[in-house]
Amino acid sequence: METRSPRNPFYAVLFFAVLLAIWVVFSGLLDPFHLTLGIISCGIVTWLSSDLLFDDRSVPLRRRAVQAWRLCHYVVWLTWQIVLSNIAVLKLAFSPRSALQPQIVRHRTALKTDFEKFLLANSITLTPGTVTIKILGDTFYIHAIDDASAAGLNGEMDRRIARIFEEPAS
Amino acid sequence: MVFTIIAALLILAGLVFFFGAAVGLLRFPDFYARMHAAGKGDTLSSLLVIAGFAVYQIGGVHDLSHDWPLLLVVLKLLAIVVFIYLTSPTSTSALADAGWEDGIDPIIEPGRENHLEDDLRPPQP
Repeated sequence: METRSPRNPFYAVLFFAVLLAIWVVFSGLLDPFHLTLGIISCGIVTWLSSDLLFDDRSVPLRRRAVQAWRLCHYVVWLTWQIVLSNIAVLKLAFSPRSALQPQIVRHRTALKTDFEKFLLANSITLTPGTVTIKILGDTFYIHAIDDASAAGLNGEMDRRIARIFEEPAS
Repeated sequence: MVFTIIAALLILAGLVFFFGAAVGLLRFPDFYARMHAAGKGDTLSSLLVIAGFAVYQIGGVHDLSHDWPLLLVVLKLLAIVVFIYLTSPTSTSALADAGWEDGIDPIIEPGRENHLEDDLRPPQP
Protein backbone atom coordinates (compact mmCIF):
# COMPACT_ATOMS: atom_id res chain seq x y z
CA MET A 1 0.00 0.00 0.00
CA GLU A 2 1.56 3.25 -1.05
CA THR A 3 1.57 6.02 1.48
CA ARG A 4 -0.76 8.78 0.43
CA SER A 5 0.02 12.37 1.09
CA PRO A 6 -2.36 14.07 3.51
CA ARG A 7 -5.55 14.96 1.70
CA ASN A 8 -6.88 18.44 1.72
CA PRO A 9 -10.70 18.27 1.97
CA PHE A 10 -11.04 21.62 0.25
CA TYR A 11 -10.09 19.99 -3.04
CA ALA A 12 -13.43 18.18 -3.08
CA VAL A 13 -15.22 21.45 -2.32
CA LEU A 14 -13.34 23.20 -5.13
CA PHE A 15 -14.12 20.39 -7.55
CA PHE A 16 -17.81 20.54 -6.62
CA ALA A 17 -17.89 24.32 -7.06
CA VAL A 18 -16.27 24.10 -10.50
CA LEU A 19 -18.76 21.44 -11.61
CA LEU A 20 -21.72 23.40 -10.29
CA ALA A 21 -20.57 26.58 -12.04
CA ILE A 22 -20.33 24.65 -15.33
CA TRP A 23 -23.80 23.17 -14.69
CA VAL A 24 -25.34 26.60 -14.15
CA VAL A 25 -23.68 28.06 -17.25
CA PHE A 26 -24.73 25.17 -19.47
CA SER A 27 -28.27 24.85 -18.16
CA GLY A 28 -29.19 28.51 -17.76
CA LEU A 29 -32.24 27.51 -15.71
CA LEU A 30 -32.12 28.87 -12.18
CA ASP A 31 -35.42 27.52 -10.75
CA PRO A 32 -35.19 25.33 -7.61
CA PHE A 33 -36.02 22.12 -9.48
CA HIS A 34 -33.15 22.33 -11.96
CA LEU A 35 -30.70 23.66 -9.38
CA THR A 36 -31.49 20.69 -7.11
CA LEU A 37 -30.88 18.31 -10.00
CA GLY A 38 -27.54 20.06 -10.59
CA ILE A 39 -26.47 19.86 -6.97
CA ILE A 40 -27.35 16.15 -6.79
CA SER A 41 -25.50 15.35 -10.05
CA CYS A 42 -22.43 17.37 -9.13
CA GLY A 43 -22.40 15.77 -5.68
CA ILE A 44 -22.43 12.26 -7.16
CA VAL A 45 -19.71 13.11 -9.68
CA THR A 46 -17.57 14.71 -6.95
CA TRP A 47 -17.98 11.64 -4.77
CA LEU A 48 -17.05 9.27 -7.61
CA SER A 49 -14.29 11.07 -9.44
CA SER A 50 -12.88 14.10 -7.65
CA ASP A 51 -9.63 12.13 -7.34
CA LEU A 52 -9.05 12.49 -11.06
CA LEU A 53 -8.58 16.23 -11.39
CA PHE A 54 -5.57 16.86 -9.16
CA ASP A 55 -2.65 14.50 -8.69
CA ASP A 56 -1.11 15.86 -5.57
CA ARG A 57 -3.64 17.04 -3.03
CA SER A 58 -1.11 17.97 -0.40
CA VAL A 59 -0.32 21.20 -2.26
CA PRO A 60 -1.97 24.10 -0.46
CA LEU A 61 -4.85 25.64 -2.38
CA ARG A 62 -3.23 29.05 -2.22
CA ARG A 63 -0.34 27.84 -4.33
CA ARG A 64 -2.80 26.23 -6.75
CA ALA A 65 -4.46 29.64 -7.09
CA VAL A 66 -1.11 31.26 -7.83
CA GLN A 67 -0.41 28.57 -10.43
CA ALA A 68 -3.82 29.08 -12.03
CA TRP A 69 -3.21 32.83 -12.23
CA ARG A 70 0.22 32.34 -13.84
CA LEU A 71 -1.32 29.81 -16.22
CA CYS A 72 -3.77 32.49 -17.38
CA HIS A 73 -0.83 34.82 -18.10
CA TYR A 74 0.87 32.03 -20.00
CA VAL A 75 -2.26 31.35 -22.08
CA VAL A 76 -2.42 35.02 -23.09
CA TRP A 77 1.23 34.88 -24.20
CA LEU A 78 0.55 31.59 -25.98
CA THR A 79 -2.42 33.09 -27.83
CA TRP A 80 -0.13 35.80 -29.20
CA GLN A 81 2.30 33.07 -30.32
CA ILE A 82 -0.60 31.31 -32.04
CA VAL A 83 -1.42 34.49 -33.95
CA LEU A 84 2.20 34.71 -35.16
CA SER A 85 2.11 30.99 -35.97
CA ASN A 86 -0.97 31.31 -38.13
CA ILE A 87 0.43 34.27 -40.03
CA ALA A 88 3.58 32.20 -40.66
CA VAL A 89 1.57 29.22 -41.94
CA LEU A 90 -0.50 31.54 -44.12
CA LYS A 91 2.67 32.94 -45.70
CA LEU A 92 4.21 29.49 -46.20
CA ALA A 93 1.02 28.19 -47.77
CA PHE A 94 1.37 30.70 -50.59
CA SER A 95 5.16 30.64 -50.99
CA PRO A 96 7.12 28.35 -53.33
CA ARG A 97 8.21 24.90 -52.21
CA SER A 98 11.80 26.09 -51.64
CA ALA A 99 10.67 28.17 -48.67
CA LEU A 100 10.31 24.96 -46.67
CA GLN A 101 13.23 23.11 -45.08
CA PRO A 102 11.48 20.25 -43.26
CA GLN A 103 13.53 18.56 -40.55
CA ILE A 104 13.08 16.62 -37.32
CA VAL A 105 15.02 17.89 -34.34
CA ARG A 106 15.59 16.78 -30.77
CA HIS A 107 14.65 18.97 -27.86
CA ARG A 108 15.60 18.06 -24.31
CA THR A 109 13.60 19.55 -21.50
CA ALA A 110 14.19 19.93 -17.79
CA LEU A 111 10.46 19.77 -17.05
CA LYS A 112 9.52 16.86 -14.81
CA THR A 113 5.79 16.27 -14.35
CA ASP A 114 3.48 14.86 -16.98
CA PHE A 115 1.29 17.94 -16.95
CA GLU A 116 4.24 20.25 -17.63
CA LYS A 117 5.33 18.04 -20.53
CA PHE A 118 1.78 17.94 -21.88
CA LEU A 119 1.63 21.73 -21.72
CA LEU A 120 5.01 22.06 -23.44
CA ALA A 121 4.09 19.58 -26.19
CA ASN A 122 0.81 21.35 -26.87
CA SER A 123 2.49 24.76 -26.85
CA ILE A 124 5.18 23.60 -29.28
CA THR A 125 2.52 22.25 -31.61
CA LEU A 126 0.58 25.50 -31.46
CA THR A 127 3.53 27.83 -32.09
CA PRO A 128 5.13 28.71 -35.41
CA GLY A 129 6.43 25.94 -37.63
CA THR A 130 6.85 23.17 -35.07
CA VAL A 131 4.84 20.02 -34.32
CA THR A 132 5.67 17.58 -31.52
CA ILE A 133 5.78 14.07 -32.94
CA LYS A 134 7.03 12.01 -30.02
CA ILE A 135 7.99 12.32 -26.37
CA LEU A 136 10.40 9.73 -24.95
CA GLY A 137 11.37 10.50 -21.37
CA ASP A 138 12.69 14.04 -21.42
CA THR A 139 13.39 14.12 -25.17
CA PHE A 140 10.89 15.70 -27.52
CA TYR A 141 11.06 14.91 -31.25
CA ILE A 142 9.82 17.90 -33.16
CA HIS A 143 9.06 18.34 -36.82
CA ALA A 144 10.12 21.85 -37.87
CA ILE A 145 8.95 23.19 -41.18
CA ASP A 146 11.88 25.55 -41.78
CA ASP A 147 15.22 26.59 -40.30
CA ALA A 148 13.83 29.59 -38.47
CA SER A 149 11.27 27.46 -36.60
CA ALA A 150 13.91 24.92 -35.63
CA ALA A 151 16.09 27.73 -34.29
CA GLY A 152 13.12 29.02 -32.30
CA LEU A 153 13.27 25.99 -29.98
CA ASN A 154 15.68 27.67 -27.62
CA GLY A 155 14.07 26.74 -24.33
CA GLU A 156 12.24 30.01 -23.70
CA MET A 157 8.95 28.13 -23.55
CA ASP A 158 10.42 25.63 -21.07
CA ARG A 159 11.43 28.48 -18.81
CA ARG A 160 7.99 30.08 -18.99
CA ILE A 161 6.29 26.79 -18.11
CA ALA A 162 8.78 26.08 -15.31
CA ARG A 163 8.01 29.51 -13.88
CA ILE A 164 4.28 28.69 -13.65
CA PHE A 165 4.91 25.75 -11.35
CA GLU A 166 7.99 26.85 -9.46
CA GLU A 167 7.88 26.74 -5.68
CA PRO A 168 7.56 30.07 -3.94
CA ALA A 169 10.89 31.30 -2.63
CA SER A 170 10.78 30.75 1.10
CA MET B 1 -24.65 47.94 -35.39
CA VAL B 2 -21.06 48.46 -34.24
CA PHE B 3 -21.11 45.01 -32.66
CA THR B 4 -22.39 43.45 -35.87
CA ILE B 5 -19.57 45.03 -37.89
CA ILE B 6 -16.89 43.93 -35.42
CA ALA B 7 -18.40 40.43 -35.39
CA ALA B 8 -18.38 40.30 -39.20
CA LEU B 9 -14.74 41.43 -39.33
CA LEU B 10 -13.66 38.81 -36.79
CA ILE B 11 -15.47 36.04 -38.67
CA LEU B 12 -13.97 37.26 -41.94
CA ALA B 13 -10.46 37.20 -40.46
CA GLY B 14 -11.13 33.67 -39.20
CA LEU B 15 -12.18 32.61 -42.69
CA VAL B 16 -8.96 34.02 -44.16
CA PHE B 17 -6.92 31.84 -41.80
CA PHE B 18 -9.15 28.83 -42.54
CA PHE B 19 -8.46 29.43 -46.24
CA GLY B 20 -4.71 29.59 -45.59
CA ALA B 21 -4.90 26.32 -43.66
CA ALA B 22 -6.79 24.64 -46.49
CA VAL B 23 -4.30 25.85 -49.10
CA GLY B 24 -1.39 24.71 -46.93
CA LEU B 25 -3.05 21.33 -46.43
CA LEU B 26 -3.18 20.86 -50.20
CA ARG B 27 0.19 22.35 -51.13
CA PHE B 28 2.63 21.19 -48.44
CA PRO B 29 4.87 18.36 -49.66
CA ASP B 30 4.35 15.56 -47.12
CA PHE B 31 2.20 14.24 -44.31
CA TYR B 32 4.15 15.96 -41.52
CA ALA B 33 4.26 19.37 -43.17
CA ARG B 34 0.52 19.13 -43.74
CA MET B 35 0.01 18.57 -40.03
CA HIS B 36 1.32 22.10 -39.53
CA ALA B 37 -1.48 23.54 -41.61
CA ALA B 38 -4.12 21.21 -40.20
CA GLY B 39 -3.11 21.57 -36.58
CA LYS B 40 -2.55 25.28 -36.30
CA GLY B 41 -4.74 26.76 -38.98
CA ASP B 42 -7.93 25.77 -37.27
CA THR B 43 -6.97 26.95 -33.79
CA LEU B 44 -6.75 30.67 -34.47
CA SER B 45 -9.45 30.65 -37.11
CA SER B 46 -11.91 28.88 -34.81
CA LEU B 47 -10.96 31.32 -32.07
CA LEU B 48 -11.64 34.30 -34.33
CA VAL B 49 -14.93 32.95 -35.67
CA ILE B 50 -16.17 32.08 -32.19
CA ALA B 51 -15.04 35.47 -30.87
CA GLY B 52 -17.14 36.96 -33.67
CA PHE B 53 -20.16 34.98 -32.49
CA ALA B 54 -19.53 36.13 -28.92
CA VAL B 55 -19.32 39.79 -29.92
CA TYR B 56 -22.55 39.42 -31.89
CA GLN B 57 -24.26 37.94 -28.82
CA ILE B 58 -23.01 40.76 -26.59
CA GLY B 59 -24.40 43.21 -29.13
CA GLY B 60 -27.86 41.69 -28.54
CA VAL B 61 -27.86 42.66 -24.86
CA HIS B 62 -30.02 45.73 -24.33
CA ASP B 63 -31.55 45.15 -20.91
CA LEU B 64 -29.30 43.08 -18.68
CA SER B 65 -32.06 41.89 -16.32
CA HIS B 66 -33.92 40.40 -19.29
CA ASP B 67 -31.13 39.51 -21.70
CA TRP B 68 -28.68 37.78 -19.33
CA PRO B 69 -29.14 34.34 -20.97
CA LEU B 70 -27.23 35.78 -23.96
CA LEU B 71 -24.19 36.17 -21.70
CA LEU B 72 -24.46 32.48 -20.79
CA VAL B 73 -24.19 31.78 -24.52
CA VAL B 74 -20.95 33.77 -24.51
CA LEU B 75 -19.62 31.57 -21.70
CA LYS B 76 -20.60 28.46 -23.65
CA LEU B 77 -18.72 29.78 -26.69
CA LEU B 78 -15.74 30.35 -24.41
CA ALA B 79 -15.97 26.70 -23.34
CA ILE B 80 -15.74 25.66 -27.01
CA VAL B 81 -12.54 27.70 -27.35
CA VAL B 82 -11.05 26.01 -24.28
CA PHE B 83 -11.80 22.56 -25.69
CA ILE B 84 -10.28 23.45 -29.06
CA TYR B 85 -7.14 24.75 -27.32
CA LEU B 86 -6.81 21.48 -25.46
CA THR B 87 -7.76 18.96 -28.13
CA SER B 88 -6.46 20.43 -31.39
CA PRO B 89 -2.71 20.29 -30.64
CA THR B 90 -3.08 16.98 -28.82
CA SER B 91 -4.77 15.33 -31.78
CA THR B 92 -2.20 16.86 -34.14
CA SER B 93 0.64 15.31 -32.15
CA ALA B 94 -1.21 12.01 -31.87
CA LEU B 95 -1.73 11.91 -35.65
CA ALA B 96 1.90 12.80 -36.37
CA ASP B 97 3.07 10.09 -33.97
CA ALA B 98 0.67 7.56 -35.50
CA GLY B 99 2.05 8.45 -38.93
CA TRP B 100 5.61 7.82 -37.75
CA GLU B 101 4.64 4.53 -36.09
CA ASP B 102 2.94 3.52 -39.32
CA GLY B 103 6.22 4.03 -41.21
CA ILE B 104 5.49 7.21 -43.14
CA ASP B 105 8.90 8.64 -44.04
CA PRO B 106 9.13 12.40 -43.74
CA ILE B 107 10.64 14.48 -46.52
CA ILE B 108 13.77 16.03 -45.02
CA GLU B 109 15.54 18.97 -46.64
CA PRO B 110 19.02 17.84 -47.82
CA GLY B 111 21.63 18.67 -45.19
CA ARG B 112 19.12 18.96 -42.32
CA GLU B 113 18.70 16.59 -39.40
CA ASN B 114 16.29 13.75 -38.82
CA HIS B 115 17.02 12.92 -35.21
CA LEU B 116 13.98 10.66 -34.92
CA GLU B 117 15.45 8.40 -37.59
CA ASP B 118 18.90 8.55 -35.95
CA ASP B 119 17.63 7.57 -32.51
CA LEU B 120 14.83 5.14 -33.21
CA ARG B 121 15.85 3.42 -36.45
CA PRO B 122 19.59 2.88 -36.14
CA PRO B 123 21.24 1.87 -39.43
CA GLN B 124 21.44 -1.88 -39.90
CA PRO B 125 25.01 -3.23 -40.04
